[in-house]
Amino acid sequence: MSEAPAAAPGEPKVDLAAARAHGLTEAEFAEIARILGRVPTFTELGVFSVMWSEHCSYKSSRKHLKTLPREGPNVVGGPGENAGAIDVGDGWVAVFKIESHNHPSYVEPYQGAATGVGGILRDIFTMGARPIASMDSLKFGAIGHPRTRYLVNGVVGGIGGYGNCVGVPTVAGEVMFDPGYNGNILVNAFALGLARREDLQSARARGVGNPVLYVGSATGRDGIHGASLLASAEFDSESEAKRPTVQVGDPFTEKLLIEACLEAIKTGAIAAIQDMGAAGLTSSSSEMAGRGGLGVELDLDRVPLREPNLSPYEILLSESQERMLIVAEHGREAELAAVFEKWDLHAVVIGTITGDGRWRARFRGKVVADIPVSALSDDAPLYDRPAAPPKRPPIEARPSAAIARPEPAAALRALLSSPNVASRRMVFRQYDSLVLSNTVAGPGGDAAVLRIKGSRRGLALKVDSNPRACALDPYLGAIATVCEAARNVACTGARPAAITNCLNYGNPERPEIMWQFARGVAGLGAAARAFNTPVISGNVSFYNETEGRAIPPTPTIAVVGVFADVSLNIKHYFSFPGDLILLVRTAPPSLAASEYADLHRIHGGELAAIDLARERRLLDGLVECAERRLLRSAHDVSEGGMAVALAEACFNPERDLGAEIEPVATDADAEAWFGEGVSSVILSAPAENLKATHDIFAPLEVRPIGRVSAAARLKLGRWFDEDVAALRGLYEEALPGRLGRHD
Amino acid sequence: MKWGVVSFPGSLDDRDALWALRDVLGQDAALLWHKDEALGGAECVVLPGGFSYGDYLRCGAIARFSPIMKSVASFAADGGLVLGICNGFQILCEAHLLPGALTRNRSLAFVCDFVNLRVENAATPFTRAAHRGEMLRLPIKHGEGCYVAPEDELRQLEERGQILLRYVDERGEAADAANPNGSMRSIAGVANDRFNVFGLMPHPEHAVEAMLGGVAGRKIFESIAGAAR
Repeated sequence: MSEAPAAAPGEPKVDLAAARAHGLTEAEFAEIARILGRVPTFTELGVFSVMWSEHCSYKSSRKHLKTLPREGPNVVGGPGENAGAIDVGDGWVAVFKIESHNHPSYVEPYQGAATGVGGILRDIFTMGARPIASMDSLKFGAIGHPRTRYLVNGVVGGIGGYGNCVGVPTVAGEVMFDPGYNGNILVNAFALGLARREDLQSARARGVGNPVLYVGSATGRDGIHGASLLASAEFDSESEAKRPTVQVGDPFTEKLLIEACLEAIKTGAIAAIQDMGAAGLTSSSSEMAGRGGLGVELDLDRVPLREPNLSPYEILLSESQERMLIVAEHGREAELAAVFEKWDLHAVVIGTITGDGRWRARFRGKVVADIPVSALSDDAPLYDRPAAPPKRPPIEARPSAAIARPEPAAALRALLSSPNVASRRMVFRQYDSLVLSNTVAGPGGDAAVLRIKGSRRGLALKVDSNPRACALDPYLGAIATVCEAARNVACTGARPAAITNCLNYGNPERPEIMWQFARGVAGLGAAARAFNTPVISGNVSFYNETEGRAIPPTPTIAVVGVFADVSLNIKHYFSFPGDLILLVRTAPPSLAASEYADLHRIHGGELAAIDLARERRLLDGLVECAERRLLRSAHDVSEGGMAVALAEACFNPERDLGAEIEPVATDADAEAWFGEGVSSVILSAPAENLKATHDIFAPLEVRPIGRVSAAARLKLGRWFDEDVAALRGLYEEALPGRLGRHD
Repeated sequence: MKWGVVSFPGSLDDRDALWALRDVLGQDAALLWHKDEALGGAECVVLPGGFSYGDYLRCGAIARFSPIMKSVASFAADGGLVLGICNGFQILCEAHLLPGALTRNRSLAFVCDFVNLRVENAATPFTRAAHRGEMLRLPIKHGEGCYVAPEDELRQLEERGQILLRYVDERGEAADAANPNGSMRSIAGVANDRFNVFGLMPHPEHAVEAMLGGVAGRKIFESIAGAAR
């Protein structure tokens, strides 16, 4: 028996115009009326609009995401939970995920980035895992663009302000500047947590009659329609006016919420738990009920409010931060409430799990929304959008051979101080990378290394992206991105174990964007299969466009690796004078999509095909060499090519060392010295380990190219000979010089 | 020796201090809850780093009113050893158990880095395992670590030897470029005039394991453990 929902007092009229203003299409509005058998109330219209938004429903991407490899012997827990989890041994599971907070961060950089961190942390501890590390992938516009400095300061301040105060170390990340992001920056936040396997929680509601508990901060008017109107539409000149849709973060409350939730989980009184993220109370309640095949009834009058007189529409759609929804075991809600009271947090029963499959909300005694749960959770529209390659290449292609060859020594100095190569120290110095006492290697290396307390095991993590390569070829670019993230992890000696991804693209309603997306997902899948690294979680961010200009296709890939023995981790810098310097690569380097080409304002070219079997050999070889203690250092060749990688390897934090490199290529061979592409690594090892290293990497060639020297000079063939201290100066001073000093 | 590490709401490095003391250094250490008044028989009370109460008003300004701080104050008045690290240092200044105050870093930005410190007075319960002039490499991570005090107070601190640690460069000089936050006279840590209360911005608890940033921090804890014997 169900009563017809009543309009809340003063609610606007519901018609097609109102639906369109909510971002719904005419067909979607008709489908809602068909499902309900009537016109929705205004509250229901709001609920549908968020749950059917691109951000919440993945309606354009689901078809493609289904092709990704999600299973593996190390994967724990089923799909559809808040984050993926892998078994890392000794009874520990690592839970991790990356998510975008792009549009909020452009509109309100400090709060946008801060709440991005807060949101991803809640996805982790809602699974019962203590968050132990964060990373961020940041893309800004050109460093000289008038808005860039403001955005960098705001975003970095927000990440630090939230992460430092909540007590989760920020251990790695990436920062890139490119004019392609002038009107639409990217802020992708990653978090990882650890749990004992038996403590993993579910977001699948169970138990008809179980009470639904609201915990955490009170609900306010912030963030209403963050997911539907801000995250699921392009930017235009009016976007600044959407600032009120950005949420406001309170890391102190989040810290209390982490401790309280982890303590509450220990009581065993929790049947299911989910954070109130995008679309807040609506999504958390309907998704938990949907996963369990059950219904839920909410009494909105019991929701703790920050200010009086919120309408049911506002209560249901608020994206106020630091809130969680818990399905408690019947009769044990008082036990849970006591834990939250200890931490001075709200804990209020606001509803009940029902068996009728309806999502129902009451307000002032009247039903204001009554919708089949499945219509919100599973039966959102699914689109197979047309995809077609662009009619002409996005960037005028020029063969890389046409690149002018300036004086190479000047090029190396320019690269070391270029915004995309130079030290990110001024950024990561603003993040606490040490709290929790697990950080073996923090920001600045190839990948972060964490130990697991009470175990010999450890983790390595890195987030990477390569939009320039993806702009030339979205398929090969995505593969190259996975290769790079995995290679960074393997350079530390950890075996790449699993992937999480954040896929940032333009408007999926445009066939060429959908084509970029489909090709990107295909590339990600191919590389993930080749490396046996399942894609265990992820997020899609579409509509990254401003006034019709899309960002470069940017799949952001985070790879997590596992050490059997973390004490065998390898640093990225040289440590012992006299060691041989070795070059191992899978293919000849190329200047296409390189920093060197960008320095000379030459864009275009073609990416070479990637042999994934050789890439896999490189990864396996790095791990095996580390396990057999053959290497003293391993460093990935990335932006700026081999010459830059060699300079970076000389920057030992204890004391600068030098390198003497034989004339491996002619002085003017820009490809050899500055080329990028997949894949090269620079190793250092005692000479007696050369043979064993050679055998491990076969059929890849291990080529001795020089030696580490005690004298801190970098000598490259006959064309470069300079003090490492001077190079370090260029490398360290570039970003503070461009963005303002912080010391 | 028995140690108590206070957990305020928003304390972050309480677990790290507990880990360093109990699991790494083998001390008898336990967490103390801010709502309690009992110190659990601790012979040294540690006020840890973090953002107590979010530090939304002034760092440490709310925490000083916690029930446990009454006990800490009388414990200190009776000569008990109190160590305040980072936010704990800020709380001790707010509670007037230590002179001076900690204000926004000169850069106006949070800074996380390893710094060189010079031991200025090794004749105290907190530094006796070191020697005067010894260099310690410890991490800092704070947004408000700029130590300030009136000029005559600073002079007194110098005269009485209450300045225990200074920020210095690699050669051991208290150069301005090596001062990470603009602290007056490069002060990184001060004691009260009875030398039983010590506050410092650097984090010794994050430098007790070779794999995780060195072992220089052990000097502080070993000094305290030795002093109590």
